[in-house]
Amino acid sequence: MPIDQDAIASVARLARIRVAPEEMPALTARINTILAMVDQMAAVDTAGVELMANPFDARQRLREDAVTETDQRAAFLAIAPATEGGLYLVPKVID
Amino acid sequence: MHRLTLAEQRQGLIRGDFSSRELTAHYLARIERLEPALNSFISVTAEAALAAAEAADATRARHGNDSGLLLGLPIAHKDIFCTAGVRTSCASKMLDNFVPPYDAAVVERLRAAGAVSLGKTNMDEFAMGSSNETSYYGPVKNPWATDCVPGGSSGGSAAAVAAQLCAAATATDTGGSIRQPAALCGITGLKPSYGRVSRHGMIAFASSLDQGGPMARSAEDAALLLAAMAGFDARDSTSMDVPVPDYRAALGDSLEGLRIGLPGAYFSAGLDPAIEQAVRAALAELEKLGAILVDIELPHTELAVPCYYVIAPSEASANLARFDGVRYGYRCADPVDLDDLYTRTRAEGFGEEVKRRIFVGTYALSAGYYDAYYRKAQQIRRLIREDFLKAFKTVDVVAGPTTPHTAFRFGEKIADPVSMYLEDVYTISANLAGLPALSIPAGLAQHKPVGLQFIGQDFAEARLLNIGHRYQQVTDWHRRTPALAQEAGA
Repeated sequence: MPIDQDAIASVARLARIRVAPEEMPALTARINTILAMVDQMAAVDTAGVELMANPFDARQRLREDAVTETDQRAAFLAIAPATEGGLYLVPKVID
Repeated sequence: MHRLTLAEQRQGLIRGDFSSRELTAHYLARIERLEPALNSFISVTAEAALAAAEAADATRARHGNDSGLLLGLPIAHKDIFCTAGVRTSCASKMLDNFVPPYDAAVVERLRAAGAVSLGKTNMDEFAMGSSNETSYYGPVKNPWATDCVPGGSSGGSAAAVAAQLCAAATATDTGGSIRQPAALCGITGLKPSYGRVSRHGMIAFASSLDQGGPMARSAEDAALLLAAMAGFDARDSTSMDVPVPDYRAALGDSLEGLRIGLPGAYFSAGLDPAIEQAVRAALAELEKLGAILVDIELPHTELAVPCYYVIAPSEASANLARFDGVRYGYRCADPVDLDDLYTRTRAEGFGEEVKRRIFVGTYALSAGYYDAYYRKAQQIRRLIREDFLKAFKTVDVVAGPTTPHTAFRFGEKIADPVSMYLEDVYTISANLAGLPALSIPAGLAQHKPVGLQFIGQDFAEARLLNIGHRYQQVTDWHRRTPALAQEAGA
């Protein structure tokens, strides 16, 4: 089912990606081409078919509740765009 | 030296015909000469490569030839695998400045086996693409025809191996990203079973489909690389704890009585007749080696592309949420508030195809649409796997063309995403079903390489490599090299 520019705008908000108004028509058209192809699935009767999230239906492994990671805080902070006093910096959220 | 396969180079090093330093320096010189025409590397780490080569030569001198399966052999890594201290960009502006503090499991394992890394290869941005045209660093050229695409997303690894800038390279395959470029560049590429190779440190695209694997010039070389790459890793929650067989020991096994299933859907409308002819000729060679060809049906094949283009974008939209301009990678200039930081960083840092897929995935997972899209796709995914399981009751492997067309020209499909997506029609099913699949060169059409694909049963990589190797012993398509690689001297 095709979606309109308002729906794309709300998807873009959810995805936290800014879309300029002038990009909207072309983007909407391309996404609708993709959705039209994907909509072939609707014709298939899948009643009673179990979902497959993992090809081997494998479950998440559990491990011992033990410390396995070493402290790499300095290495991780070193590649961040902005840090101060051992913390990541972002624009002010609360005044 | 570059004309030798990885296995031959290994023997050359053992015999002392040349040193790892000589071999590495030889490749670095070729890269310098040929790279401008190909753009197959994002980063070449010449100094580190020479240092690693010298260390490998010293190890061999001190500890002998048994000190590493790949001791001193130069390879390249797709720029999706994290390399400590070496920029890992995933071909995105988002990670143009990203230098990981750790190595991916694949990088770690290959280094432990003694391999020398020449650098990081170009790819489609975040592995999303079938032509390498979505790379932030510009497209890779196909060494067979530089006006054509090398395929994608592992187009840099494929072109580098085809042009003999390295004998082998690592790559990843989410919907065909190893096999399709292997086919288009005339090399051998293996997508292992889901869970066979650790994804630790491999930048995630679609986590229920992604799998790392080798690209090389022969099945024997792919076996060498896979032997070093495969195995359980507790750091990857999807890694399967299944023993790794001796891939090289199985290469020479007989194909007598091997039952090869040919799905009608893989030989139907849309397939270039010249490719069909080459693939049928290759299958006839396998018949001479004792294989039996059996017609089979995989009835849900045409649903693979629609199913994939819900599952992969959905998982990508979740995986790529981590790129927010806060902890690593690109950050937009002068954000006015947190929302502006997120939305502008992501708008500026991601390319068009990546954004498109994030939007499709976000939509498919959003309230009210989940049932019609992601849930439905997961059900169809099961039907596709069940098609294979049913086929494997009567055949040992499934075979067909890797791609419907040979390498296409730049710009030919980029404007119409769906036409690009359909290039992966034969490769996507193996990812959805979690099965291993191999592409080997099987001829030329319009003077460009043709790929022959084998899809095997769960964890049957050894059988696939065995079939590829036996075929390559009686044919020489894998030995053909593009003129571009030959003209550059010895």
